Amino acid sequence: MFAYLVRRLLYALPILLGVNLLTFALFFVVNTPDDMARMQLGVKRVTPEAIQKWKAERGYDQPLVWNAAAEGIGQATQTIFFNKSMRMFVGEFGRADDGRDIAREIARRAGPSLAIALPTFVLGLGAALAFALLLVFFRATALDLGGVILCVAMMSISGLFYIIGGQWLVAKVWHWVPISGYAPGLTAAKFLVLPVLIGVIAGLGASTRWYRTIFLEEIGRDYVRTARAKGLAESVVLFRHVLRNALIPILTGVVVVIPTLFMGSLLTESFFGIPGLGSYTIEAINAQDFAVVRAMVFIGSVLYILGLVATDVSYTLADPRVRLQ
Amino acid sequence: MTPDFQPVLLWSDALLFALLAAGAGFAWWSRRQVQLAVAWARVGRNPLAMAAATLLAFFVLVGTLDSLHYRPRLPPVPGQAAAGTQYAVEVLSALDALLAPLRENSEKTYSAPLATHLFAKETLPGSTLRDFPRLHWGGQHLGERLAAYDGDIARRALLGLTGGLLAWALALLPWRKKLGAGNAAKKAVALTLLTVFLLAGVAFALGQGYHVLGTDKVGQDVLYLSLKSIRTGLLIGTLTTLVTLPLAVLFGILAGYLGGWVDDVIQYLYTTLNSIPGVLLIAAAVLMMQVVIDAHPGWFATTAERADARLLALCLILGMTSWTGLARLLRGETLKLRELEFVQAARAFGAGHGTIMRRHILPNLLHLVVIALVMDFSGLVLAEAVLSYVGVGVDPTTISFGTMINAARMELAREPMVWWSLVAAFGFMFVLVLAANLFADAVREAFDPRTSS
Repeated sequence: MFAYLVRRLLYALPILLGVNLLTFALFFVVNTPDDMARMQLGVKRVTPEAIQKWKAERGYDQPLVWNAAAEGIGQATQTIFFNKSMRMFVGEFGRADDGRDIAREIARRAGPSLAIALPTFVLGLGAALAFALLLVFFRATALDLGGVILCVAMMSISGLFYIIGGQWLVAKVWHWVPISGYAPGLTAAKFLVLPVLIGVIAGLGASTRWYRTIFLEEIGRDYVRTARAKGLAESVVLFRHVLRNALIPILTGVVVVIPTLFMGSLLTESFFGIPGLGSYTIEAINAQDFAVVRAMVFIGSVLYILGLVATDVSYTLADPRVRLQ
Repeated sequence: MTPDFQPVLLWSDALLFALLAAGAGFAWWSRRQVQLAVAWARVGRNPLAMAAATLLAFFVLVGTLDSLHYRPRLPPVPGQAAAGTQYAVEVLSALDALLAPLRENSEKTYSAPLATHLFAKETLPGSTLRDFPRLHWGGQHLGERLAAYDGDIARRALLGLTGGLLAWALALLPWRKKLGAGNAAKKAVALTLLTVFLLAGVAFALGQGYHVLGTDKVGQDVLYLSLKSIRTGLLIGTLTTLVTLPLAVLFGILAGYLGGWVDDVIQYLYTTLNSIPGVLLIAAAVLMMQVVIDAHPGWFATTAERADARLLALCLILGMTSWTGLARLLRGETLKLRELEFVQAARAFGAGHGTIMRRHILPNLLHLVVIALVMDFSGLVLAEAVLSYVGVGVDPTTISFGTMINAARMELAREPMVWWSLVAAFGFMFVLVLAANLFADAVREAFDPRTSS
């Protein structure tokens, strides 16, 4: 198992290198640093000196991939590619346009982000599984049909509507919680209740329907018939046998959810004014802070790959037949 | 005699028409393919799916009308008659011409649905009194007889309902015999048509004298904006597939069929693309595209062309980031098909790799492709709104659900609330996406061999 993990993590290196090459191509080859400088500085103040200054401040004044002027190893290291892309592998993300260290900023903002994403994820998973089991228990009845139609309707509502509508109803009309804001420590709870609740509800339709399909596929198998033939109650069949066997496709699907969770928290955090990574990214996109966007792309890929490895490990926990070699 | 207008064909129009033609061609071709024809017939018997398809057809109709672009002729300037015909810079569409009363009669700023007065108090001209000024157009025909407002609304609504009912009856007259046979799907279509005709009738009758859904910040009619947004949503949902489809089919089949290093390279490619969070990749690409567009202002003659280029670029970027899922699915299916007897038989007869992939593998993957296409559509329409909110969506001058929501969002804190733009955008988007989802469900059920056996 340990050897497997090491090998999988080594496989991740070429993928991360590919991600870096892609972002490098996007940010520096499609457009030269001069283009970016011109766009950031605006049309009026553009002078060659201003562009040079902008580039020097950000370290964009080096050659792209090969520095012929430098000596020895410097030919490869004194370049934009090495300094801006390769250094991310050791956690050096450089500075944002406002002069702050990106790595420190990310570490500071990871907490609030997790405080929203984690409860949303756990509660959402639990609620969706419970509703899916309920629909499967009452399968082929009016309740099941109504539930499925409700799921499709909930899927068809824009995520923005859940956030705007929820803020309006709960915070503005009922005055139960503050509309937005954040505080460290336990006082954060009152700010977190609404975004978490909205996150759970917004994802409920799609995931309930997805889990229902998985359960229904599983329920047609022979072992379920055997379990029923033994005289087990339907609830035991569902919870002991079907749920356990459906875990593998569910675990596979959960990884698919993690990147979208990131996207969801992007919106949630910016609407609720939570100082997390999502709002950091949105601010960076709006301010066209390329260094921050680049760093977030890299971190997102690292998290995704870790998620893939974690899925494989979770298979061994859910199913004793799976062995990682 | 010079024509009154000069037709304009934007790139997105051309692509949309090409796509419609391809869709019609595919429909005609699939009638002769037994399995596809059976599956489509199964969709045709599903009442919910047919009702959804009817709604979608209306959306497509609005989108198509909005894609027939032209530049109207300017009225000749006296003394310059010899200079030849001049055309306006502004690009209009057939839909704009149909909705001319809504487009041209704008107000100063916000006004509520069916209102006769503006939403905010202003100092009235000729006095020091602050009050709600009358609208330029909404309820102007009432004059000073504001007491007649309720009666006028009721009369127009009734007129619209009657008109809608009559139009519906006339439209269905040729098919009245077939409807009596108790066919649930046809009844569902007829009922959906009735709903649409009644709503359209009421909107038309009221729209002659009022802003049915109110006006937005700069006084534009919200109903007009909502109808214009449909084209953007449709374009994003369909043109993206023009990029997704070739990439996914080509890479999926190649990886699954050839295996070896080709498989390794393609798998590496899509794992890498997949590992970047979607929004960030899109955001990065859109930011860069913005720099390219800003650096080359000479590429585009009009603002419409620039907005169009940005829309197409967004479709391209969305397509480049979303082909991976379908490619992986097709690769897995090809792996299975490759080992089956009929492929081995084809190989034994001496068929080349290209022939086997085209004639024997591809047709057996078509159901997956059709399912993926219809399933992707609704997600893309929803994604457009989110991306426009983040600021990496369509051009701010393009009318879309995303830009509507983005503009209305600023006014949420206002008291009393300006709710109509938001409700209209979300409502239209909900109906479009719900219809697409219901239709996609039926298509998946009909085409998936596991559920149809």
